[in-house]
Amino acid sequence: MTVLSFSDLNERCCRENKSVYQIALEEEALLQETAGEVIRLKVLENLLAMKDSIKHGLKSTEKSISGWCGDDCEKLRNGYKKRGALFGSVFEKITTYALAVTEENLRMGRIVACPTAGSCGIVPAVIIAAAEENKIPETIQINGLLTAGLIGLIISNKVQLAGAVAGCQAECGVASAMAASALAEMLGGSVKQILNASALALKNILGLTCDPVCGLVEVPCIKRNAFLAIHAVTAVELALCGVESKIPIDEVVDTLKITGQLMSPLLKETSQGGLAKTKTALGLEKLLFKNVN
Amino acid sequence: MEQKSIFSVISPIMAGPSSSHTAGAVRLGLMARNIYRDNFSKVKFILYNSFATTGFGHGTDKGLLAGVLGYSVDDVSIKNIFDIVRDVKYSYEYRQDISRHPNSVDIILDDKMTISGDSVGAGEIRINNINGFSANIDGSYHTLLLMYKDKPGMISKVSDIIQKQKVNIASLHCDRSSKGGTASMYVALDIPIGDDIAEEVKKIKDVFFVTNIRKLKQ
Ligand code: SF4
Repeated sequence: MTVLSFSDLNERCCRENKSVYQIALEEEALLQETAGEVIRLKVLENLLAMKDSIKHGLKSTEKSISGWCGDDCEKLRNGYKKRGALFGSVFEKITTYALAVTEENLRMGRIVACPTAGSCGIVPAVIIAAAEENKIPETIQINGLLTAGLIGLIISNKVQLAGAVAGCQAECGVASAMAASALAEMLGGSVKQILNASALALKNILGLTCDPVCGLVEVPCIKRNAFLAIHAVTAVELALCGVESKIPIDEVVDTLKITGQLMSPLLKETSQGGLAKTKTALGLEKLLFKNVN
Repeated sequence: MEQKSIFSVISPIMAGPSSSHTAGAVRLGLMARNIYRDNFSKVKFILYNSFATTGFGHGTDKGLLAGVLGYSVDDVSIKNIFDIVRDVKYSYEYRQDISRHPNSVDIILDDKMTISGDSVGAGEIRINNINGFSANIDGSYHTLLLMYKDKPGMISKVSDIIQKQKVNIASLHCDRSSKGGTASMYVALDIPIGDDIAEEVKKIKDVFFVTNIRKLKQ
């Protein structure tokens, strides 16, 4: 049976007494006509590429192609050294890593699109920071990434994960739901808790628009990755304490899709509205185009 | 509904910053390289619409060039491609044309071949025109492309040669300029065929161009 909805997934997990990552593994192995171990190795390859992107991002302060962005991660690192984050070291690492990866993306470094390049910092930051701080072994991290993969995949069965289609709810929003599911899995959450964590994350970013300044994946995208990585953790904390989303996740995804359809095209990656049309953005646009042409 | 892979949401591993404007650009370049399959000394890119307006901030220009030179989507030297490239002259032109896809490009190699394609999202691409003939190549199949003088019987001659190798034909697409004029044929294959088979196809009377295109790495 293919898993097309979250209710399918939940039913299958209950019936076969399996976790989300086990179903992800089985389905993927079936699809690729290969062994589960081969799939795990592929996931590991992506996980290691994520770790590399963090490592490189932490070292560099090189500016992005436009020249505006690229040194915020360093500001965080220095700031936290002087004054630790109020919410502790996991918070420090998650926000720093999210910026490290997205800044690495901007300078044309190597990243893993997850689900998209613009939202590439969220899943790695949450999985890797939490794993380091809680000493979670690599096999469990792979389980987390497998879980995130299946959650993202089921959402993408209903709505195309592109800012141009459904705004940023479908990019950074979905990344946040994926990260929440991964973390819930890694912390030993039940299937129900995993699905609730995803639903809570998704439900609370509905309506998020995509209005990149000058059409570049820089403003607001970079910093948004840090915010939505933390957003994922909030969802996991609530879900692990037994808080449930009153609206089931399938219905939340439907709502995301419909909200995307209701959203004006001006706010869906066209840079014709929102932050992209502010006085400052237009000024920057003039400057930037003058430098280039 | 077609079952998709979880890797559609946790990959590709790529050089940033945009799957459509960077990774897609590299793949369009790679596909053009696979189609041309010859050394070239000159390449010109005509970028359309969103590729033209926001391409520079996403390294679309660098990605396209790196692609035709054979770099893969996750190669971090794409960023420095202008400093690396030797012996190949390259140039860019920027246009707006609403009849074209938002992320569209013409790649002109050695003034001999014009390959047009679109970056359709999430790094996926589609080549839709080669030298004025419509095409539909997304890089997911090995493809035999030939151009010939339109006449009856060509499809069976070509498929006979391929069938002899016991290679399954996944799909077939033909186009022609006019009856009896120049025609093109795309044969998508489940497994790649050797260049010797392509040579054999080339020997068919009135066939004047054949290229054996390899699919792109996913
Ligand atoms: S604002 Fe738009 S371009 Fe930026 S990450 Fe969100 S969806 Fe992507």
